[in-house]
Amino acid sequence: MLAYVLKRALSLIATLVVATAVVFIVLEVLPGDPAALMLGVEAREDTIAALHRQLGLDQPAPMRYAAWLAGLVTGDLGTSYTYSVPVSELVSERLAVTLPLALMALALSVVIAFPVAVIAARNRGRAPDTSIMALTQLGIAVPNFWFAILLVYVFAVALRLVPSGGFPGWSEGVGAAFQALTLPAVALALPQASILARVLRSALVDTLHEDYIRTARAKGLTRHAALWRHAVRNALIPVLTILGLQFSFLIAGTIIIENVFYLPGIGRLVFQAITQRDLIVVKSVVVLLVATVVIVTFFVDIAYAAVDPRLRRR
Amino acid sequence: MGAMALRQIVRAMRENRSFAVGAVITAVVVFAALLSLVWTPYAIDQLSVADKLKGASAAHPLGTDHYGRDILSMLMVGARTSIAVALVAVGIGIVIGVPLGLLGAARGGWIDETVMRFNDLVFAFPALLSAVMITAIFGPGAVNAIVAIGIFNIPVFARVARGGALAYKSREFVLAAQVAGKGQVRIFAEHILPNIANLLIVQGTIQFSLGILAEAGLSYVGLGAQPPVATWGRMLNEAQTMMAFAPQLALYPGLAIVATVLGLNLLGDGLRDILDPKLRRRVG
Repeated sequence: MLAYVLKRALSLIATLVVATAVVFIVLEVLPGDPAALMLGVEAREDTIAALHRQLGLDQPAPMRYAAWLAGLVTGDLGTSYTYSVPVSELVSERLAVTLPLALMALALSVVIAFPVAVIAARNRGRAPDTSIMALTQLGIAVPNFWFAILLVYVFAVALRLVPSGGFPGWSEGVGAAFQALTLPAVALALPQASILARVLRSALVDTLHEDYIRTARAKGLTRHAALWRHAVRNALIPVLTILGLQFSFLIAGTIIIENVFYLPGIGRLVFQAITQRDLIVVKSVVVLLVATVVIVTFFVDIAYAAVDPRLRRR
Repeated sequence: MGAMALRQIVRAMRENRSFAVGAVITAVVVFAALLSLVWTPYAIDQLSVADKLKGASAAHPLGTDHYGRDILSMLMVGARTSIAVALVAVGIGIVIGVPLGLLGAARGGWIDETVMRFNDLVFAFPALLSAVMITAIFGPGAVNAIVAIGIFNIPVFARVARGGALAYKSREFVLAAQVAGKGQVRIFAEHILPNIANLLIVQGTIQFSLGILAEAGLSYVGLGAQPPVATWGRMLNEAQTMMAFAPQLALYPGLAIVATVLGLNLLGDGLRDILDPKLRRRVG
């Protein structure tokens, strides 16, 4: 197991280095002069030259990449051009919205998917199963941001139960902050839960045919006990895979959903940065999210190998 | 493909409700998109403030938006945008991903390892993040959406092609072809590719429907095709600001997305059942 973890960790670091290089090349080398791009066509020569110096663009690209990488490791992401504050400050402020939202959505989707999948698997081929499968088929097809818009219409515009968006900040109390994140989390969780429920259901149906389930039943376990104690546990492996694969969709979804509810998260930050051509912020946010995806995939792989020793040999 | 095989497929279609329903929905959306190339009820770049925010009527079956544009016409053009973006993105995935996957399967060793690591790397860049980077440099546009979604499709098809090819590589008919003296390229082209075509078609349908969803999301946040081209995503973005007095505007584009994605998913499920009877027995 240790050898496997080490091998995966090495490939994790390699992937991170190459991924940061890709981001660097796209955002710093491809545009030619990032300073000119950030300031736009109307900028004066000397303003561009000043920003050029400030960004250290007179140095060769490999040197700049190395310096940027060192900064990433130590948490120094540079200074935002438009906000004139350290990017690390901006990002951590915004993460305080995005991270809880993504985690709430993830938890919610698991909480919804599990009982639904178990009900479907236990009633395979009968009415509860077919109706659940039809609903999840629909849930997968609904874009989360449209579902979010519908939720805003029903709960904010029509029923006037909640504000249609915005975020009071954690300083206004945890309750108010969680309330502001509830509708966005529900909107994000729906498609995730649908996919998860479908995968879990078919995994459960598969495991219910295994010999160890028959053995458990022969031992005198009830259908219910055999399902929960043996089938659900074994079906966790595909669930883990799907959660890992879906993670990048969750990140993308969170960024889009923040725009529906005007939440001051990473998504809003990056879209404002695009319109203001603040490449420093764009670069940092993209790298942060890419790294998150890579690292989550790494931990999923490790968890996977811990659950199923056969996978370590791959 | 002989007449026998064709007849078998037709029979399977009759027996498979998913496939039939999915095919009909997809056909309707594709027809609306194609029709929009030559005819729409109204021109969508034609603004008419006097007709703004009209409800459904004989002249405008789905009403008009805040500029007086005909909603039905915009939905038709939106279908065209969605399909074009998603289809080209699937094309990019197949054209680059399949040869990569086959190369990895054929050569093995460090080449295979490199292909796999490349897949891992690209998987770390969801379409939205690629689109963010491309837009920050080149500004927004439909091409960005296509490239961003297409890049993410490459490792998907590479994995499917690689996995499929590995499963067939040690089968008797491939070994027989080797003994007969056929080269590796010919074996892959003549014996392995036709056998994994089923897998690729099913995956293509899935990526097509994911592409429709991704395009809608990108154009909703302004990273997709720009005005005057209509997109379902931007229609929803504009509708959101008018929800208090014209909620119907937020309804139609969303329903169009759901119908299209649902249709493609059903089509994909049906195709998988028809093309791979082994799988059907296991799942059903």
